[in-house]
Amino acid sequence: MRVENISVAYGKKRIVHGVNFSVKHGEILVIAGESGSGKSTILKAIGGLLGKGGAIIDGQIFFDGQEITFLSDGQRRKISGDAIGMIFQNAGASFCPIRKIGEQIFESVRSHRDWTHEEFRERAEELMQKINLAAEVLDEYPFKLSGGMAQRAGILAATILEPKLLLADEPTSALDAVTQVSVVKELLKLRERQKISIVMVTHHMGVAWRMADKILIMRQGSPVEFGTREEIFNAPREIYTQELIRAVPRL
Amino acid sequence: MILKVEHIRKNFGDKRVLDDINFSVAAGECVGIVGLSGCGKSTLAKIIARLLPSDDGQIILNSDGAFYRNVQMIFQTPEDSFNPRRTLGQSIAEPLENYGINARVEDLLREVGLPAAYAERYPREVSGGECQRAAIARAIGVVPKLLICDEATSALDVTIQAQIVALIKKLCVEKNIACLFITHDLALLPRLADRVIVLHLGKIVEEGTPEQVIHAAKSPFTRQLMASNFFAEEVF
Repeated sequence: MRVENISVAYGKKRIVHGVNFSVKHGEILVIAGESGSGKSTILKAIGGLLGKGGAIIDGQIFFDGQEITFLSDGQRRKISGDAIGMIFQNAGASFCPIRKIGEQIFESVRSHRDWTHEEFRERAEELMQKINLAAEVLDEYPFKLSGGMAQRAGILAATILEPKLLLADEPTSALDAVTQVSVVKELLKLRERQKISIVMVTHHMGVAWRMADKILIMRQGSPVEFGTREEIFNAPREIYTQELIRAVPRL
Repeated sequence: MILKVEHIRKNFGDKRVLDDINFSVAAGECVGIVGLSGCGKSTLAKIIARLLPSDDGQIILNSDGAFYRNVQMIFQTPEDSFNPRRTLGQSIAEPLENYGINARVEDLLREVGLPAAYAERYPREVSGGECQRAAIARAIGVVPKLLICDEATSALDVTIQAQIVALIKKLCVEKNIACLFITHDLALLPRLADRVIVLHLGKIVEEGTPEQVIHAAKSPFTRQLMASNFFAEEVF
């Protein structure tokens, strides 16, 4: 996918100014920055989730040879959840609280594929085994899951249709240190297995270091620096990038 | 010793949350308590601050005067610990008036690096980092003997987090305030704590200086915690 000179505004206020990047097949791009940097807004613009009042006011987004900057609701529904999967900071909250996990994922699968319930269970359980999630979780309600389990259930929902692109907004940030590591490992294994491209937003520089092939540093809506993981961490050119890396506590 | 925690136990229903916790804190000492979600660290903080009763054991604070003056606490989301209808200045002034302390709000704001004009602002009108600075101003205004910080920097951006950690350290050293710094991030502690306690499933599993805990951990859990640092090479 490719993002060319994208700017986003909410009402009259410009939130993101002229962002460019591209992500190759099987590559992981991390958009890193602090609160208010516009990093989540970029992800929402790609996923068509800007909502009321938010709009792309300049630039173009290409995905898989096709322009997706502006899509009708019908076109958007066709690719969302199928070719493009999404996962958020609090996956538990993106499930409906009064329905079982399995039912909900089956429903979204059915809007893209003709699977029977048995086919769905079979594929879900196969994937769950790979991401260390017990099959029983399909029959649980969201509130029963721990943070790490909910995040894995989110990964299951986002990747069961083997999307080409996964958009991930702070997928590990609400988890404790040990659980963060296991979710990062699952995402890396997923990339190996499905050759999926990932665009991930995080404020956590440690997660960026572990996951990224390329990193885009954002600050107050503007791109600060774009480079490979090694360029950003070992030879940052911009003062802000240097400050950001220096501020990270290390053992 | 300014604080002694003796044989503290706590159950929530059938679940044992804290199991025979013992440690002490010297005057002016900074002790870091580190552990994962659900390990009991916030429950322990609340019991020490007498915001929650324990089932067994005792908390001894070696100082004269009102307990709730001598022990102050700051939390993860400072905007929730200020009254939204009152200005930051009014909230910072209240404990000073209650305890008859002769200190000026503007001086306290200056000590935590905020402009005096922030006294007129409401909690929603400042950033998360600024609000945490105001919470620190309110906590140190009464010159407590012990400051309990429960994930006080966890919701902050990394550059702001570094500033707040440095501020807490500086003020505690200057004013000889003992500090209990509770966090899930072990990496924060070397620049802050004199001593580290590792809490796992309601028990203390390791205790020592940051160097001892990081370089010569005895407990398998501590080693797992260190291996979950994303910059540690052996993780992946």
